[in-house]
Amino acid sequence: MSFAPPHEKLWGKRLAAGLVIVYALVSIIPLIWIFLTGFKSPQDSISYPPKMVFSPTMEGYVNVFTTRTRQTPEYMETLPPPETWYDELVRSRSMVIAGPSKFGQRFLNSIIIGFGSTFLSVFLGTLAAYAFSRFKIPLKDDLMFFILSTRMMPPIAVAIPIFLMYRELGLADTHLGMILLYTAVNISLAVWLLKGFIDEIPREYEEAAMIDGYSRFQSFCKVVLPQATTGIAATAIFCLIFSWNEYAFALLLTSGTAQTAPPFIPTIIGEGGLDWPAVAAGATLFLVPIVFFTIMLRKHLLRGITFGAVRK
Amino acid sequence: MSRPSILQKIVTSAAIATPAPVVRQVRGLSDRAIAWLFVTPTILLLLAINIFPLIWTIQLSFTNYKANRAARGEKFIGLRNYERVLGDADIWITLQTTAHFLIWTMLLQVLLGFGLAWLLNKQFKGHSFWTTLILLPMMLSPAVVGNFWRFLYQPQIGLFNYIIAFFTGADPSSFQMLGDVNLAPWSIVIVDTWMWTPYIMLICLAGLRSIPDYIYEAAEVDRASKWRQFWSITVPMVLPFLMLAVLFRAIENFKMFDLVVELTNGGPGSVTELASINLKREAFEKWRTGYSSAFAIILFVTVFGVANIYVKALNAVKQR
Amino acid sequence: MLQTAAGASLALTVMAAPSQKAQAQSLTLCWAAWDPANALVEMSKDFTAQSGIEMNFEFVPWPNYADRMLNELNSGGKLCDLLIGDSQWIGGSAENGHYVKLNSFFDKEGISMDDFLPATVYAYSTWPKGSPNYWALPAMGDANGWVYRKDWFSRPALRSEFKSKYGRDLEPPKTWTEMKDIGEFFQGRDIDGKRVYGAAIFTERGSEGITMGATGALYSWGFQYQNPNKPYDMEGFVNSPDAVAALEFYKDLYKCCTPPGYTDSYMEEGLDAFKSGQVAMMMNWFAFFPGLHKDPVVGGDKIGFFVNPGQKVEASTLGGQGISVVSYSEKKDQALEYIKWFASPEVQKKWWSLGGYSCHKSVLLDPGFANTQPFAADFLKAMDGVQDFWQEPAYAELLLAMQKRVHDFVVADQGTAQEALDKLIEDWTETFEDEGKL
Repeated sequence: MSFAPPHEKLWGKRLAAGLVIVYALVSIIPLIWIFLTGFKSPQDSISYPPKMVFSPTMEGYVNVFTTRTRQTPEYMETLPPPETWYDELVRSRSMVIAGPSKFGQRFLNSIIIGFGSTFLSVFLGTLAAYAFSRFKIPLKDDLMFFILSTRMMPPIAVAIPIFLMYRELGLADTHLGMILLYTAVNISLAVWLLKGFIDEIPREYEEAAMIDGYSRFQSFCKVVLPQATTGIAATAIFCLIFSWNEYAFALLLTSGTAQTAPPFIPTIIGEGGLDWPAVAAGATLFLVPIVFFTIMLRKHLLRGITFGAVRK
Repeated sequence: MSRPSILQKIVTSAAIATPAPVVRQVRGLSDRAIAWLFVTPTILLLLAINIFPLIWTIQLSFTNYKANRAARGEKFIGLRNYERVLGDADIWITLQTTAHFLIWTMLLQVLLGFGLAWLLNKQFKGHSFWTTLILLPMMLSPAVVGNFWRFLYQPQIGLFNYIIAFFTGADPSSFQMLGDVNLAPWSIVIVDTWMWTPYIMLICLAGLRSIPDYIYEAAEVDRASKWRQFWSITVPMVLPFLMLAVLFRAIENFKMFDLVVELTNGGPGSVTELASINLKREAFEKWRTGYSSAFAIILFVTVFGVANIYVKALNAVKQR
Repeated sequence: MLQTAAGASLALTVMAAPSQKAQAQSLTLCWAAWDPANALVEMSKDFTAQSGIEMNFEFVPWPNYADRMLNELNSGGKLCDLLIGDSQWIGGSAENGHYVKLNSFFDKEGISMDDFLPATVYAYSTWPKGSPNYWALPAMGDANGWVYRKDWFSRPALRSEFKSKYGRDLEPPKTWTEMKDIGEFFQGRDIDGKRVYGAAIFTERGSEGITMGATGALYSWGFQYQNPNKPYDMEGFVNSPDAVAALEFYKDLYKCCTPPGYTDSYMEEGLDAFKSGQVAMMMNWFAFFPGLHKDPVVGGDKIGFFVNPGQKVEASTLGGQGISVVSYSEKKDQALEYIKWFASPEVQKKWWSLGGYSCHKSVLLDPGFANTQPFAADFLKAMDGVQDFWQEPAYAELLLAMQKRVHDFVVADQGTAQEALDKLIEDWTETFEDEGKL
């Protein structure tokens, strides 16, 4: 703050606002474009020059969830009339729905593996963070740095031995295998974040509880955990976001059964190259939960992205 | 830090009244048991999924193992893999490409991020809404982002060329971000900057907000110019935050894979082939497991070593 | 009491198991996601009706197909019971035990490899090459060919302009030099209000695209991978003056006559470019020609086909796949049933009629074959002169090295063609030394 005259400060603020708003709008344009592309027809999406004005259609969303085959007009005549709006839409392109696409299953895998690994990493992380916060653990600082340094290896490098290991153990392309892997990667984040949160809960509460006759474990459950709920929730969401967005491990270690959405979305092809409206629709659906979580997490965002090193 | 509440004051005095050793003798598992019980699962998991594989990688790096020829077995070949990696001209080009990517993304993100944070610090009306908007790109999946930026960068059907052409009057098809050997490295820098500037911005903002007003007021009283204030107060106090942000981002960008693979797949040629992409090709397409393990270890040691030095510097800056 | 209950539940489980197995009659077939795959889905309904076995399919787009499937095989995955794998995977899959050897099955069921075109048996089934060890049934014959806008070529104004400029008629080219002329003629021209370009060729960096495209030129200049008398002796063959000329020509064609932004394009992008009326000619696999012929926008009379032009020799790049049984599958017997069904002449005829390229002699050598489709004659001609990439177990390394060197030179303007091919020999020598072949 400074002692500048009020009107100078106001114009300073206005200029700042102007510049920030310009940046925000420019920065948002790609996202809006993808959102819009989800509602274009395949021909519109690859028109040149790109179309700003177009007639919206749900083709992208229908295409991302179905597989279709092109039929001759004669065959189309022999079919009974379409029963649903999406049937009608597909028929209008001289195609017939052959079945569901793999997108639904991949999305579900993302949910299963995401939530599974989040639950596990938050569970183990809370325990470890409490111990690091409250007790004198030998080599505590070194252990904490070691936990952090597990994130320094490029995922591809980690994937090499994990691939071999999972091949031996039969964990390749399994939900359990991916959950364990993501948990191991997220634990570092969980421990660092949760330690920060638990550090902020005064010890005196537990110690008062223990005076009242509770054991350490009971006071942990009854006193600390309820207080840490916000922190646990924030940590859980960060872990979820990582597992949700992860690509390299999913690409290399999963196939038909446990593959998540990120390696799958860029492979949705139409009758030639990528079916851009379907890709955009898939991407939009995939990004929506993250946008929601980002807004929910606004207060804790800073903490989460710095492993708890910086708190507002 | 908030002022202690009444409840806290009572509890504090109660705690002080009770000698510590007494508290520890309460029933249930002892503290030591709990400590071990709570920490061990985490350590075990990390040992199993991080350390054991790391040791295995080190062992593999001394062999000629190929994961797609498991039946052939493995043969100990000493340091030959390391010699080959360090002697391969293409590997050095890859590292150069990675360094170029790192340096320019850090530079741009620091400038833009700090600038935005400084503007946002003025706290104009509605600033938190615009902040949230700016934050969105960094929360998305980098692979999905890389994929749709590829769409945006297409010379004929993509929005990027169209907008540039709109403002400069050039023909949209006259340049190709992804296909031109000179422009492709910048295309990945631009997308990464778009995604991660908010990261630096957020951290710088925290740094700026942590500077108490009275320091500026004192400087005003001393009639220090705005410029002087900026360099003697703002920058040094934000520096630790900035350095932390750069540390995290640099580590991530050194490991960068998803975004660039979907955007350019290392092309054209190999001008955007970052270290991780090269590693993936060696390990999972050519299946030269031993060779790529050596490369992986070299990369890890580099990051770990540099990060250690950097953290020491960061701590030194914090002490000042 | 507890023990009795445990014993009873164990007995129940054991009893339940066999009946569960009988109900789970389904097979998963893995292939690439392209037109012929859709045809196979259609046709497989006959198999299901006949045998009661449900068919599930896992189709992966070509740019990701090799990566994903080789990863799957190398990790012992059980996703696929049947795999229609690329011809180049045969060496690795045979030697690493990914595929089931089919000799005894063929003998038992009376399936003879003599019923299939020799070139296809050699390329898609045998390992070591040419030996009577069969690891796949030839499923999809394919080669690299070309399509062109016959309607543009027929326009009188264009024809006369071309004739006056080049002194010959505007017809499908017989040599690469002729093709470049045509490409330049169309490049940047305005047709029906839209700017069009000469040709869409393969330039993809990631999987195999640019290699498949460049070898189309290389083979036509007489390229050989090695000394015919001395295996793995590549110096003077891979980097012969003809090879250098061919590679330079491919680069010239890329620079002069392709659409903007065409730096990482393979089959899908080519289809997009051609179908949206952007190019006069397109290089692509014969597999797509049935679909293109039926296309509502550019098919029918508008489209024409020609075999890969020669230059010094007539040659085409081999594509195509064989169908194999994955040795990690738990349903090998049912998978073999599918192969038996697929190998029968009736099914092979239906396969061709639906758009799949049968390799069966009864289909291909039928006198009326050339008239069944406008591209049938060109297909036979192509298969007469096909050449394939290395099929060694180490083929992936060899292919990736060539992808890098060729793309670096053609698209990224690094070095000269001679340097690219010299470096390629170095890469390949290193690989062969690793393999113990050199």
